[in-house]
Amino acid sequence: MNIKKYLLNEKVIISLFSVLISLVIAAIVMIVIGKNPLVAYAALFYGAFGTKEAIIDNIMKASPLILTGLAVGFGFRAGLFNIGANGQVIIGALLSAYVGTLVGAYPFFLSIPLVMIAGMLGGAAWAAIAGWLKAYRGAHEVITTIMLNYVATFIANYVVNGPFQAPGGVPKSPSIAYSAQFPNIMSVGATSLSTIIFVSLAAIVVIYVIIQRTTIGYEVKAVGFNPYAAEYGGISIGKNVVLAMAISGALAGLAGTTQVVGVYGRYFGALSGSMGFDGITIALIGQNDPIGIALAAFLISSIRTGSNQMQIAGVPKDLVVIIQGIIIFLVAANRIIKTIRIRKRKEAEA
Amino acid sequence: MNEWIQAILNVFTNPTFYKSTLTQSTPLILAAMGGVFSETTGVTNIALEGIMLMGAFGGVMGSYFTGNPWYGLALGTFFGLAMAALHAWASIKYGADQIISGTALILLAQGITGFALVELFGQPGSTDLVRSIPLVDLGSFKDVPFFGQIFGNLSPFVYMAFASVIFGWILIYKTKLGLRMRSVGNNPEAADTLGINVYNVRYFGVIMSGLFAALGGAYLSIGELGQFTTNMTNGRGFIALAAMIIGNWNPVGAMSASLLFGGATAFNNQLQSQSVLNLSTNTQYIFGMIPYIITLIVVAGFIGKSRAPSADGIPYIKE
Repeated sequence: MNIKKYLLNEKVIISLFSVLISLVIAAIVMIVIGKNPLVAYAALFYGAFGTKEAIIDNIMKASPLILTGLAVGFGFRAGLFNIGANGQVIIGALLSAYVGTLVGAYPFFLSIPLVMIAGMLGGAAWAAIAGWLKAYRGAHEVITTIMLNYVATFIANYVVNGPFQAPGGVPKSPSIAYSAQFPNIMSVGATSLSTIIFVSLAAIVVIYVIIQRTTIGYEVKAVGFNPYAAEYGGISIGKNVVLAMAISGALAGLAGTTQVVGVYGRYFGALSGSMGFDGITIALIGQNDPIGIALAAFLISSIRTGSNQMQIAGVPKDLVVIIQGIIIFLVAANRIIKTIRIRKRKEAEA
Repeated sequence: MNEWIQAILNVFTNPTFYKSTLTQSTPLILAAMGGVFSETTGVTNIALEGIMLMGAFGGVMGSYFTGNPWYGLALGTFFGLAMAALHAWASIKYGADQIISGTALILLAQGITGFALVELFGQPGSTDLVRSIPLVDLGSFKDVPFFGQIFGNLSPFVYMAFASVIFGWILIYKTKLGLRMRSVGNNPEAADTLGINVYNVRYFGVIMSGLFAALGGAYLSIGELGQFTTNMTNGRGFIALAAMIIGNWNPVGAMSASLLFGGATAFNNQLQSQSVLNLSTNTQYIFGMIPYIITLIVVAGFIGKSRAPSADGIPYIKE
């Protein structure tokens, strides 16, 4: 592989420019409200990397985001926009928590794979509904996955307020078996670094291999690139759309599992927050490349972790959501950046 | 079984259910109408949710600073138009992926409203109470049994919503501009050949969607409540999008689907308060998911068949 070509192609430049421009626009917003952007960004940086707790918090935030980023990115590879990672996280977490409460009698080397498989199957099945509806009923996956997000949220709220509620009236599930919980690597105060980060790192490798080295990856990419040509070449569009959604959903479901087995030790209902939408940002910044996605996940987790410190410095932390919005907008309209660059080049030549 | 029949009868004979259906449907109808305008010209607009949020926030902001809720409505509308213009600019001029651009705008709206909320009102969560748009008081009509209780004291937004349906239907199906909108949405190449400016017609469609979606959002904040709360649209933009699809991209169809969704919500709320049933609180979640499941079934073509404009979502690049 040509390293220079890998590091400095058009796509990477678009991502970097998008991130830079969004940070500059955010800085302008800060100046408008009378705050010093340098101070705010320094606070952000300190909040993300300044202390041991911050770094642990950062890694723990990045772990599920790598998985939802990979989930959305894998969908993009197949030409599918999986906007439903949130729902898949919710269902994956629910199933793994349920299995987690049943495996108390098993040793960890059985119970841990079981909860992980349950989470992946849950997410995969939830996403495969949208894949099937797209492949065989012609329903656009954006609409179906959004609807499935809401259905998942209602299911989650129902179970933690009813059949899967721990005694005590609080909307949460019983705690999962000890043997199903991932051990911590280290703890500083109340923050713990869980081994779930290794699940995310392994997923990067697995997805990289699937995309680059397997028939599944080749067929999925072919369908995403040009479905008609792929079908002409003997690749089934329908099968691969369902399969791609299922793999994408399995990754999102696994993100849900990591929160149950590595962070909370139980199920809290629809608490997936913005993981699914963050996954979209991350896949776009990472240009659907597994390594790019890992880096983008750490960028977003750093901004999110640091935002609390920035808020203490007087800049509302919602600014990071604005930054994310601008990044996505610029990646979507990448011709804006291309136009700016061409204009600059022309000026330089003139 | 008997108590269920009793409870359902109670709900359907109570004017509150019908009034609540109207008020629940109003923001959906307005936003769905926005969706119809945009997608008829061939530009997908999943940013409705974000535009509504900006409309809601602008409404409260304008009312707060001027003391006049009508100025609030103007500011909310302006915010919505600005968001839509951004979407139009990226997706028409720069051929951006319209779904991704829409996603970006939803995030932007959440970020901007959350940021401005803390900056202007000093706390996250909710704004101060502001003056809301006064209700339309029909005077002595209020005393008419049943109907008076439904229609006697409605927000002007409710009337606006139904007026927008008539306006949209006439514009799209009975005017020259409407014919151009439909042709640009179905076959931009042919429209271009006939001398229609595809870009301008699409700009018009997307910007109209900003206007209507912002009105729908403003209803939520200054329609009755007089307050903005974080993420108060709560997915209504997506429901409006679903209503537009179920309604087959047609103003009257979108209105009917919005009424169905609004009615389902109203029914759910009323059913919860029926003491004969003595429902446990978690049943609201089971009933709550029904509109979304209906949407899935309809989108999958199991009931009826909805068809998008042929060029919906595809950027048009002039050769």
